[in-house]
Amino acid sequence: MFTSVDDVSTRLAETGYLASPAVATTVFLAARLGKPLLVEGPAGVGKTELAKAVARACDARLVRLQCYEGVDESRALYEWNHAKQLLRISAGRGETWDDARTDIFSEEFLLPRPLLTAIRGDDPKVLLIDETDKADVEIEGLLLEVLGDFQVTVPELGTVTATRRPFTVLTSNATRELSEALRRRCLFLHIGFPDAELERRIVRLKAPGVDAALAESVVRVVGALRAMDLRKAPSVAETVDWARTLLALGAGTLDETVVRDSLGVVLKHQDDIQKAAAKLDLDTL
Amino acid sequence: MTTDADTDLADTDLVTRLTGLVDALRGHGLRIGTGETVDAARAVEALGLAERELLREGLAATLLHGAGGRPVFDAVFDLYFPRGVGVPDGDGGEADREALRARLAEALAANDSAALARLAAEAVDGFGGYGASPGSDGWSSYQTLDRLRPQTLLARVRDEVRGRDGAGNFADRLLEDEIRRRIEEFRRLVTAEARRRAAERRGRDEIARRALAPTADRVDFLLAGKDRLAEMRRTVQPLARKLATRLAARRRRAARGTIDLRRTLRGSLSTGGVPVKPVLRRRRPARPELVLLCDVSGSVAGFSDFTMLLVQALHDQFSKVRVFAFVNRVDEVTGLLVHGAADPEGLNARIRAEARLTAWHDSSDYGAALGEFTDRYADAVGPRTTVFVLGDARTNMADPDLPALQDLTRRARRVHWLNPEPRTLWGTGDSAAPAYAELADMRECRNVRQLDALVGRLLPV
Repeated sequence: MFTSVDDVSTRLAETGYLASPAVATTVFLAARLGKPLLVEGPAGVGKTELAKAVARACDARLVRLQCYEGVDESRALYEWNHAKQLLRISAGRGETWDDARTDIFSEEFLLPRPLLTAIRGDDPKVLLIDETDKADVEIEGLLLEVLGDFQVTVPELGTVTATRRPFTVLTSNATRELSEALRRRCLFLHIGFPDAELERRIVRLKAPGVDAALAESVVRVVGALRAMDLRKAPSVAETVDWARTLLALGAGTLDETVVRDSLGVVLKHQDDIQKAAAKLDLDTL
Repeated sequence: MTTDADTDLADTDLVTRLTGLVDALRGHGLRIGTGETVDAARAVEALGLAERELLREGLAATLLHGAGGRPVFDAVFDLYFPRGVGVPDGDGGEADREALRARLAEALAANDSAALARLAAEAVDGFGGYGASPGSDGWSSYQTLDRLRPQTLLARVRDEVRGRDGAGNFADRLLEDEIRRRIEEFRRLVTAEARRRAAERRGRDEIARRALAPTADRVDFLLAGKDRLAEMRRTVQPLARKLATRLAARRRRAARGTIDLRRTLRGSLSTGGVPVKPVLRRRRPARPELVLLCDVSGSVAGFSDFTMLLVQALHDQFSKVRVFAFVNRVDEVTGLLVHGAADPEGLNARIRAEARLTAWHDSSDYGAALGEFTDRYADAVGPRTTVFVLGDARTNMADPDLPALQDLTRRARRVHWLNPEPRTLWGTGDSAAPAYAELADMRECRNVRQLDALVGRLLPV
């Protein structure tokens, strides 16, 4: 898929995703070693976006499995289309049971769900398993089988093995500790907040109207906010939002009034806003 | 051990280095299997050795399973894959302290991280060496930093940056903090450099084992310094969220309940006595109550703080949480812990300022505190209450007042005692731990990892 780490960086950058060296290296290794990639990190640093960017960069189809509490095999793997099977049985009156039975458990009546979709077929695919930590522990067992060998067994049809392994990304917000067995099958990548230089480039890419000086100030203030021990530290998404807000407000530079009025874009809790205002020496709100 | 799979990687030195790295990481409690080591070797093969930072990321991705092990990994990596070997070529001779400080100030002002790394090496070289005879000599980061005093450069660097860029920009008010962070970074570089040189002299494996700080969740509460405690506090919210999901899962499982035999049999009458549909016992949807009784005296304050914050972060899991603090008198501090208002750093200071915790002396007295608690706050404890006592059970030779604790265990649903001291020290000196342990369920709880496991298991559902 990729020839080198630099290749990863350039091709991701072409799709509008600026990757840090850590991200680029790990993506390169995941593709080279053919292992799934487990991505953790705070909300809003671009975990899901990474999978989408890889899909765009490789011209692959993105198959997404969104996990939630109670997601089960029939939502993740495959399901038989019962209604259609019933229709088929009632339409084919007069034929023998054996004929009907072999017919209703064929390809035509199978509803492939994301995991099966990702494994079947020859076209390149990126499989995104989003918010893995929200799913129940039982689903992890299923994932172990699928991600370990990239094969799925459908009792009526036989075993489907991937002819071409999908590039797999699992994301997690760490609300629950994922099992050690699942972690062992994956490469681990923690995406933290980017360094100032990278963040400036991200801001200027995502909010093109912002000039270099303003981007620099915004990133510096956000960096200071992150060092403040707040309830919810501002993420890259908030930095970009803030830059766009400043554009919309027509503010060319940061000053006390602008910061005070727009701090709510970056910080989402009232006590965080108060704390930050005090530390930044703003007049009290 | 894993070298068979890597015959392509004929460089045996590299393989020993890699397995040495893995062994050192295992020694720090990270669980790494053979499979991961093989993956790491394949990563080295794919990435090559040309770029050190890429190698670092590649090895971290293959060997680590979580973000918690990263600080230890970085330090160990620096030892096994050092930036350079030996002493960097310089002009040699007596290093000039003032000249080095001037260049350091320049690099700090320019925020030039490559220059900082070079200067760190030079500084250790010039000021870190001690001892003359082989065997007793070495490199000391403490001595380097003590002679160089980078923290005193703050004002100078600030003025330099102001003079260059001009003031008036809003972000300028952040300048001091930023410079402080850069200085902190320089100190870290010096420490790593000194450690690397010591490792060359005394063997990597030895230094990797001894000279590295353990991961935050394995630091003893009683031994943790101020910044380690701050680091622990930052883990409170994620930990609480994790515990809440675990509690919810336990609650769901418990709600499935046991079979109500009487109602199952009565229901079976309509099917001729065959119990087709089992009836489960109904559960009363009562959320349990929690009472926390914390020793906040100096010796165990870090531990109590952490646990109070953790329980407070879990407050929506319980119908009622009440927190009491004591040194030798008891007072209720629930109000001081209200979510959001609580400033974790100043928590202990505020508790001590706003609550009446001491009588005429300043050392903890478990007997007096327990006695007063059962007298004054008898209404706080009922059959639905689970009580957690936090403290080291060191009574300073006063009467432990065992009947008070006995009374408490009789009235509460359960009493757990979390003791931050290692079990081997219980009962030594003025510790009344064994006596208390006979009455209440006392557990050793020395670090965040143990606390995490205990709280997840002991909290009522």
